[in-house]
Amino acid sequence: MAVVVKECAYALVHVPNFVRYGSKPIRDISVSGGHGGDLEKKIYAHVRSFEEAVAYPPNQVFVGNLHPDALHDIPQPWYEHQVKDARKDGPFGEILAEDQFYGWMKAADDFDLVWLAPEFIGRIRDRVASHPLISEADLSKLGSGVAIGKIIDKINDDAALPLFFDGEVVGCLRRDHDADDTLKAHVLMENLLTKASGALVMRHLFKRAGIEPGDVDFILSCSEDAVGDRYNRGGGSLSKAIGEMCRCVNASGHDIKAFCAAPIHAIVDAAAQVEAGVYDRVVVIGGGCLAKIGMKYSGHLKNNMPVLEDMLGCIAFLITKDDGASPVIRLDSVGKHNIGAGSNQQDIMTSLIVKPLDRLGLRMIDIDKYATEMHNPEITLPAGSGNTPLTNYKIMAALASIRKEIDRSAVDDFVRQRGMPGFSPTQGHIPAAVPFLGHAALDMKAGRIKNTMFVAKGSLFLGRMSQLSDGLSFLLEANPNIRK
Amino acid sequence: MFKGKKVIIIGERDGVPGPAIARCMMAAGAEVAFMTTECFV
Repeated sequence: MAVVVKECAYALVHVPNFVRYGSKPIRDISVSGGHGGDLEKKIYAHVRSFEEAVAYPPNQVFVGNLHPDALHDIPQPWYEHQVKDARKDGPFGEILAEDQFYGWMKAADDFDLVWLAPEFIGRIRDRVASHPLISEADLSKLGSGVAIGKIIDKINDDAALPLFFDGEVVGCLRRDHDADDTLKAHVLMENLLTKASGALVMRHLFKRAGIEPGDVDFILSCSEDAVGDRYNRGGGSLSKAIGEMCRCVNASGHDIKAFCAAPIHAIVDAAAQVEAGVYDRVVVIGGGCLAKIGMKYSGHLKNNMPVLEDMLGCIAFLITKDDGASPVIRLDSVGKHNIGAGSNQQDIMTSLIVKPLDRLGLRMIDIDKYATEMHNPEITLPAGSGNTPLTNYKIMAALASIRKEIDRSAVDDFVRQRGMPGFSPTQGHIPAAVPFLGHAALDMKAGRIKNTMFVAKGSLFLGRMSQLSDGLSFLLEANPNIRK
Repeated sequence: MFKGKKVIIIGERDGVPGPAIARCMMAAGAEVAFMTTECFV
């Protein structure tokens, strides 16, 4: 029995007022004048408007209004070549504005963590209510608000973090324990933003797939953030929290942790569960990662460009039995980076690409597209962090050349034809090959490509328990019914 | 050229990881004083 990616959804949430709470900015701001100090002022002189974020070409690719290959024809810097008549809604989902997202945060908040001032709630209520995926129950959780004086006291006296809009304090997010670091305000903020943005993209998935939330059997969260308490730091579940918010009353779930490779692990696990007959419909969900917001801000300030990491990226996939139309996950194609495989790039790529293709009797040039780490290079290059997708595509092309599948002179053609420019926000798990899944599905249904190999890597060594990396891959093929 | 020298190694996830450089350095006779691999994305 074949297993398919039945539907994909993607969303971006513009969160300029949370750039100060990204892991890098919050640390740097704390030693550079704190809130209101010079560094925070510099950062906020470089944040984008919602309209600029919507019209940014890579963001239009992420939500499906542009194909990744269209970026080849848009001059860089892309932030100076905005898409005319850009739309916040796209075939895969939407780009959500921050005022509306505050409504989603309140809807996600089951512990009265977020206090918003009554004046701010009055300002955003109609905007939140106008969102087609917000329910009456969500709206009721906005409540009537907390007096701004009480909010300021909570910030000053009880380690709550201020929430901003248009440069003003409009609320706070409080801690829920005075001694448990896993329940301090900043950790809860990270987790709540993941939950709220994950719910946004999950609802888009249901709308696109035309299914009811109650039709889902199981949820796998590949979100980066770890929910838990001091006795079990990563032991909690964003999958069930997001599923509850989306009324998936017949589903259970758990979280997959594999650094940036987690989405591929989650999709392979989901496909295996469906193939084994354990579940019929599994959702893979990834909410946005606050920690990565503003991660490369210093490079952006140095180059006098906008702080481009102001978007939470969110992904959702519905994995089901064969429907006769959707692209097929080849479970016999899974490539894994074994513990004993070696850690240099050639070893990793051989494990993830060459070995599985050899097993299937395929050449590298039999694959129409490769999706790898899809980080937007315009974010990473100014910070000296290189062009991650291009580096990976060059290694793939070099492997194809070593295998005598292409001539050495054809390396650039391989990269252009079978690769693509990076277009994803640098959110760790979000760029991990899967931003192309929606495009690949459309391309396969239209007969433009026959297959794509998805390859992601994870930096396990960052956790200081092993020097190992991780990686996983799978081949996606056009449904045989389409190919006929 | 590395024999008897102490080396500090900073590897990269998408480039050459620290352990791979360390093995080369040790083979060349260097002493690894510090080695790490970083992920810049």
